[in-house]
Amino acid sequence: MSAVQEVAPREAAIAMAPGKRAPLKLGSSTLVGAVILLLFIACAAFPDAIAPYAPNKFDYRATLRPPSWAHPFGTDNFGRDVLSRTIWAARIDLQIAVFCTLFPAIFGTFVGCLIGYTGGAIDSVFRRIVDVVITIPFLVLVIAIVAVLGPGLTNMYIAVSAVNWIVYARLIRGEIIAQKRRDYAAAGQVMGYSASRILFRHLLPNALSPIVVYWMTDMALAILLGSSLGYLGLGAQPPTSEWGVLIGDAKNFMTTAWWMSIFPGIAIVIAGTGFSLLGDGLARLVRRR
Amino acid sequence: MNILAILARRLLHIAATVVLVALLIFVLMHFLPGDPVMMLLGDRASDEQIANMRHRLGFDRSVVEQFWEFLKMTASLQFGESVSMKVPVISLIVDRLPITLMLTSMAVVLAVLIAAPLAFIAALRQGGIADAIIRVISQVSLSMPVFYIGLILLITLAAGLRWFPVGGIGENFFQNLYYLFLPALTLALSLSAILLRNLREALIEVLQADYVSFATAKGLMRHTVLGRHVLRNAWISTITLLGLHVGSLVGGAVITETVFAIPGVGRLMIDSIFARDYAVVQGLTMILAVMVSIVFLAVDALQALLDPRVSA
Repeated sequence: MSAVQEVAPREAAIAMAPGKRAPLKLGSSTLVGAVILLLFIACAAFPDAIAPYAPNKFDYRATLRPPSWAHPFGTDNFGRDVLSRTIWAARIDLQIAVFCTLFPAIFGTFVGCLIGYTGGAIDSVFRRIVDVVITIPFLVLVIAIVAVLGPGLTNMYIAVSAVNWIVYARLIRGEIIAQKRRDYAAAGQVMGYSASRILFRHLLPNALSPIVVYWMTDMALAILLGSSLGYLGLGAQPPTSEWGVLIGDAKNFMTTAWWMSIFPGIAIVIAGTGFSLLGDGLARLVRRR
Repeated sequence: MNILAILARRLLHIAATVVLVALLIFVLMHFLPGDPVMMLLGDRASDEQIANMRHRLGFDRSVVEQFWEFLKMTASLQFGESVSMKVPVISLIVDRLPITLMLTSMAVVLAVLIAAPLAFIAALRQGGIADAIIRVISQVSLSMPVFYIGLILLITLAAGLRWFPVGGIGENFFQNLYYLFLPALTLALSLSAILLRNLREALIEVLQADYVSFATAKGLMRHTVLGRHVLRNAWISTITLLGLHVGSLVGGAVITETVFAIPGVGRLMIDSIFARDYAVVQGLTMILAVMVSIVFLAVDALQALLDPRVSA
């Protein structure tokens, strides 16, 4: 909030100078978020180059070693290097961030557009669906679906997608309804444009920014959810390196080998913070426009 | 419209929602791929065994009949028998629900005690150092999964300093207050991160509202303005927020109970999934949805009581 107030006078000054666009001042926190995400993307893309050991290499002469120069994050009960496993896990967890949100974002946006534009009976049905879905706690619904489908990454993606699109649909529905009342929508109708042209070429681009902002936050939420399910044994399955799974593996060594759970957890926190910071930056950018 | 009329309408709305929730759960359990009978019996079951089990679970009847049965059972709170524990599902739930309710209530109280004062400090000194520190802390804890918060508390306060038990529950109410403190704190920390962020924004908005400027201009003392006008609105925002996030509170309880080995309904849910005990999963999802609806209703009623604008 205070950042917006600070830049306001300068923005006004620039607005008066014709032909010049206001500079993109996103603030250092957005930059930090971007750098964090780039680091994790690098880990996900080239884990074999960055990680010092193979993620599933057993070394029975070096089990449960505390952090040292050879193993900065220590080793687990099979002698696997926790740092290497944490780096390899970035691949799965970023995949979780994308796969849990991509389908909901696209499908939810599409459905939400149609519902918001059409209104009427479809809209009432949709509002009932929303009522039902928010009544069942999100996590409970997702694990109930995973329970039927069976634990595992793919089934987790299916379960989360089956529920999560509704959030996007609800968001875009409201935006489309607001945009529909604006003059340019009426102008389109007067010009004789088809409904689909007005909806997807004119209303949608104007309604899209909250979706993009929410998508960033949602990726952070997806990592939290995915790692929680991994921890519970319902998401990624061992020996896959996934942050939640790594922490779940450490369950029996909580008191003896804290490093097995603490370091993968720090990775979750940093990755989540990265997505949120970037999301906040995007939100500020959108609000200024 | 008076409060009673609103409540009556909301009750009808809840009844309709609960029937639809039942339909959703029914559809999930019956039409998703994966045959519960095969999962229960394994691949090597004989045809006769499979037929028997299908009959016992009522799968050999028509879908409509099955849904009607399910609705009737739900209305009378009978969810069938747990396959793994050989007792009625409802008795399992009744046994364990009080622990979960106690855990979540303690968490809500702790979360408000943590978040409200911090939100006040941050909002009053907006842009200051305290505000910045509070915002960073809430940002970081927003990115912390519940199970990780629990684990850190376990490692440091329970296993390390031995101030608290590592898990389980006590034998009576007062022992439980002690046993459930750390799990409740875990849930409270994750809840207060959300609460803090939203409450700060809400308070800043209230502080800038015309009636607050007016009250100040009238020459009221600062603490009178804060106490009478700002605090009252802060309460309304807090209750609204708690209502909105009751779902994530329940989800958090499922995870927390697993981390701290607490025999509540959340732990029961996870255990039942691994035991492929669908009757329990089904019944629990239903009960939790009903409870969330009741909380929604209570929040509406409280809002109406606290905020004359709602009931007007």
